[in-house]
Amino acid sequence: MNLLNIFQQIEETDPEVYDRFNDRRDAIKKFSGFAGKVALASIPLALGSMFKSAYGQTTTSVLDVLNFALTLEYLEAEFYTTAVAASGLIPAAQVSSFTTIRDHENEHVAFLKSAITAAGGMPVAKPTFDFTAKGNFNDVFTNYTTFLAVSQAFEDTGVRAYKGQAGNLMSNKDVLTAALDIHSVEARHASHVRKTRQAAGASVKPWITGKDTGGIPPAQAVYDGEDNTMQAGVQITNINGMSISANAASEAFDEPLSKDQVLAIVSPFIS
Amino acid sequence: MEIIKATNKEATLADEITQKQLSRRRFMRYAGIFGATATVALGATACHKDKSDTTTSGTVDLGSGDIGILNYAYALEQLEAAFYIKVSDSPYSNISSAEKSYLADIRDHEIAHREFFKAALGSKAIPGLEVNFSSIDFTSRDSVLATAKAFEDLGVSAYNGAGRLITDPNYLVLAGKIVSVEARHAALIRDLISEGTFADNTVIDMNGLDKSRTPSEVLAIAATYVKTTINASNLPK
Repeated sequence: MNLLNIFQQIEETDPEVYDRFNDRRDAIKKFSGFAGKVALASIPLALGSMFKSAYGQTTTSVLDVLNFALTLEYLEAEFYTTAVAASGLIPAAQVSSFTTIRDHENEHVAFLKSAITAAGGMPVAKPTFDFTAKGNFNDVFTNYTTFLAVSQAFEDTGVRAYKGQAGNLMSNKDVLTAALDIHSVEARHASHVRKTRQAAGASVKPWITGKDTGGIPPAQAVYDGEDNTMQAGVQITNINGMSISANAASEAFDEPLSKDQVLAIVSPFIS
Repeated sequence: MEIIKATNKEATLADEITQKQLSRRRFMRYAGIFGATATVALGATACHKDKSDTTTSGTVDLGSGDIGILNYAYALEQLEAAFYIKVSDSPYSNISSAEKSYLADIRDHEIAHREFFKAALGSKAIPGLEVNFSSIDFTSRDSVLATAKAFEDLGVSAYNGAGRLITDPNYLVLAGKIVSVEARHAALIRDLISEGTFADNTVIDMNGLDKSRTPSEVLAIAATYVKTTINASNLPK
């Protein structure tokens, strides 16, 4: 492997490359240092971590993501803990399902806290929540219909939130895998809650059709953008001559939300 | 020439994917420099391209790098789509209209996934796989739903496990967009079999985490349903 030749190619691709390190000599020295310590086969990995630090993917951002996720899990955990404890709210036949969901959310809180601590970070404190969202859902813990609506909105938001952060976790494969493993659990919850609402008469399916809220107008921001039918430049509606409706095309792909979009959705629930 | 053509194609594919950040584009160019070896391997895989519209019962090589992972996903989506097409074409005895409608939706989602990967992969797509559903009794609700549950849970664990093997953040998000839909399917099918089992402790561990599986674990399970031999040895590890 000709090191100087590689650096020359990088220089041609990105003339400012050395601004990202201290200077050319520093970059080469850093790389040589890596190369001296690691086996030849893992040089691409060493390069990867070098470029990640030079191009802004740091441990800090992973911790930020974990603390962001923790805040959402605090919200869900307290929501279901309160709901399951509220007498007469959840019909007997569904208590076991919502207990399962409650337990998962509490497990996610504990898991994220330990992951943050293990990575040398400090878990954020649990906020004080207002599940009426400043008076929008006043009967959330006394009216099962309202409870289910808020539950659906939380689960679908959770799915979109984790999806939106996956790219920020690529520098830590184990954290990424754990986040994906939580992401699909939130989607399972969402599916169950939506089916439960459907059985109770709501016009909704286990998957998200277009940007439809399923009869929860205050939750529109949770679903905006879900009507997308273009994926990576490919139109999914009637793709390759198949009979795929725009509804099916939108249902087949869930869409991510940015951290700011998620915070805008959940901020009314934080006192 | 074949190799050069494949390389250009790869650039086109990458360009098609929305890219807004300069830093990402730069990263892609670095990937271009360091990915020279992978590109040669891709070129070799691309030799199969003329067969991409046909079904093969021989051996297919998924290829390497992100393309290999996309082909891996394409293989699984082919399997799922073929299954639900058959389920919808010959529904099990006494199927309810609600279940018929759910299963038709899922069929359409899986076809959308399959065709998306086929379109995105273009000439680098593996050929159609030949499936083997001889172990499934399509007239039996129990048999069909048990198989659907196995496929959906397997799909979720496959995407969860593949995330760490993907290098392009855009592909990672695409996988994320699909896996949550598979998880919605899995939860529904499980609830149809037994209400309340959407996320029971056979799939979710004590930390509240879903399963993730490596490609070799997934393909070993899927092999029961696929006649074509799938070579995953060049996938990232």
